Amino acid sequence: MATLQVELVAVERKIWSGEATMVIARTTEGELGVLPGHAPLLGQLAEGGVVTIRTDSGDDVVVAAHGGFLSVTERGVSILAETAEIASEIDVERAREALRRAEEAGDDPEAMDAARRAQSRLRAAGENA
Amino acid sequence: MAGTLRALRRRIRSTRSTKKIFSAQELIAGARIVKAQARVEASKPYAREITRVLSALASSASLDHPLLTERQNPKRAGVLVITSDRGFAGSYNVNVLRRTEELLSLLRQEGKEPVLYVVGRKGETYYSFRDRAMAETFTGFSEQPKYTDAQAVGTVLIDVFTAGEDDEEGGAGADGILGVDELHIVYTEFRSLLAQVPVAKRMAPLEVEEVEEFDYEREDREHGQTGSDSGVPTSYEFEPSAEGLLDALLPKYVTTRIYAAMLEAAASESASRRRAMKSASDNAEELAKNLSRQANQARQAEITQELSEIVGGSEALASASSGD
Repeated sequence: MATLQVELVAVERKIWSGEATMVIARTTEGELGVLPGHAPLLGQLAEGGVVTIRTDSGDDVVVAAHGGFLSVTERGVSILAETAEIASEIDVERAREALRRAEEAGDDPEAMDAARRAQSRLRAAGENA
Repeated sequence: MAGTLRALRRRIRSTRSTKKIFSAQELIAGARIVKAQARVEASKPYAREITRVLSALASSASLDHPLLTERQNPKRAGVLVITSDRGFAGSYNVNVLRRTEELLSLLRQEGKEPVLYVVGRKGETYYSFRDRAMAETFTGFSEQPKYTDAQAVGTVLIDVFTAGEDDEEGGAGADGILGVDELHIVYTEFRSLLAQVPVAKRMAPLEVEEVEEFDYEREDREHGQTGSDSGVPTSYEFEPSAEGLLDALLPKYVTTRIYAAMLEAAASESASRRRAMKSASDNAEELAKNLSRQANQARQAEITQELSEIVGGSEALASASSGD
C-alpha cells in the first residue's frame, strides 16, 4: 500500500517524521484529508488547528500546530509550524491554565492568539476546550 | 628584599585565581558552542521546508508583495545589528560593530538614512556611549535565542518596513508613521570553530535565499522559473489563494531568517568567547610561571645574602679577636 512521507517541522526542531497513510488537517478554507497520490498543494493551516497523522501502523499522531503551513508534493507531505506539540507531550493542566489566563487578559490580539493556541493544545490532547 | 618576595607571591596567587575563572569560562563557552550548533542544526529542516514552499509559491504567484518589491528611491534603511549581552568574547562585538559602521557609511553614501535596531547589551552600550540614536533595542537572549525572541524582533521590523511603504518625501505618509524602505541585518556567521565572519545582508526587499547547499532545492527553483518539467510539480493548488499564502508566508520567512542569524551569532559568540578565554588562561599560566621564576630568584638572593652576611659577620668577629 502506498504511503506518504510525512515531515512535521517546527522552527526550533523537527517534531516528527515517518511514513503515514493519511494526514488530516484544517486549512483556512476547511477540513482536508491527504491520501497518497494527492495533487500538489500548499495550504495555510487554520489558527489553533490540530493535525492528525495516521501512521502506517494504524496509530494516530495528533499534533497541535500554530502558525503553520501544509505542503503536499510528490515526495510527501510537510507540515511547517512556528510551534507544534505532539498530543502525548501536552501538559493539559498547563494548557488549561494558559487558556484561563488568556481569557482573563481580555481581547487584545496577543491574548486572543494565546487563547487559540491553548485551545488547540487542549483539542489535540483530546480535552474539551 | 623580603618585601619584593611577598609582593611576587601575592601576584602569583591572584594570577592563578583569575586563571581559574578564565578556564571555567572557557569550559562553559565550549559546552555552549555544542548546544548552539545543535540548535542551528535543529532549525535547518524548517528553514529548508519554508524555502522550498516559498520557491514553489514564487514560481506560481505574481510577485508584487511589498516585501519583495524594490521601492522607488529609498530614503531610510533599517539596520539590525546582532551583538552579545556579555563581554569576555574577544573581538566578537568589535568585529560586528565595525562591519555595521561600514554598512552605515555605505548607506549614507547612497543617500539613505540608516535607522538602528540593536540586539544585545554590548551593542546597546556602544551606541548609547556615542550618543547615537537607536530605534529599538532587544537584550537578554543573545546566548540562547528562542524563536519567540526572533518573532518579537521580526514583528517590529516588518511593521516598520510596511509603514515605510507610503512614506513621502521628507515625512511620514498617510499612516503617520515614519517607516523604512529597506531592512539590513548584520550578524556573525559561524563558519567553523576558528572562523567567525561578520556579514551584512539585506533582508527586505528580500530575495529567497538558499539556507544551505541543497542541490535539489536549487533545481526546484530553477526548473520552477524556467517552467520546465523534471518530475517536480510546478502546478500547486493553493488554499487560500497564492497571494494570500504569500502574505502569510513572507513575514514568517523573514522571521526565520532573523532566527537563523541569531542562532549563528550565538554559536559565534560562544566560539569567540572560548577562544578569548583560552588565550587568556594560557597567558595567565605563562605569567604565573614567569612570576614564580622571579619569586624563586628573589628567595635565592635572600638566602645568599643572609649567608654572606653571616659569613662576613663571623669573619669580622674572628679577625677582631685575633688582632687583639
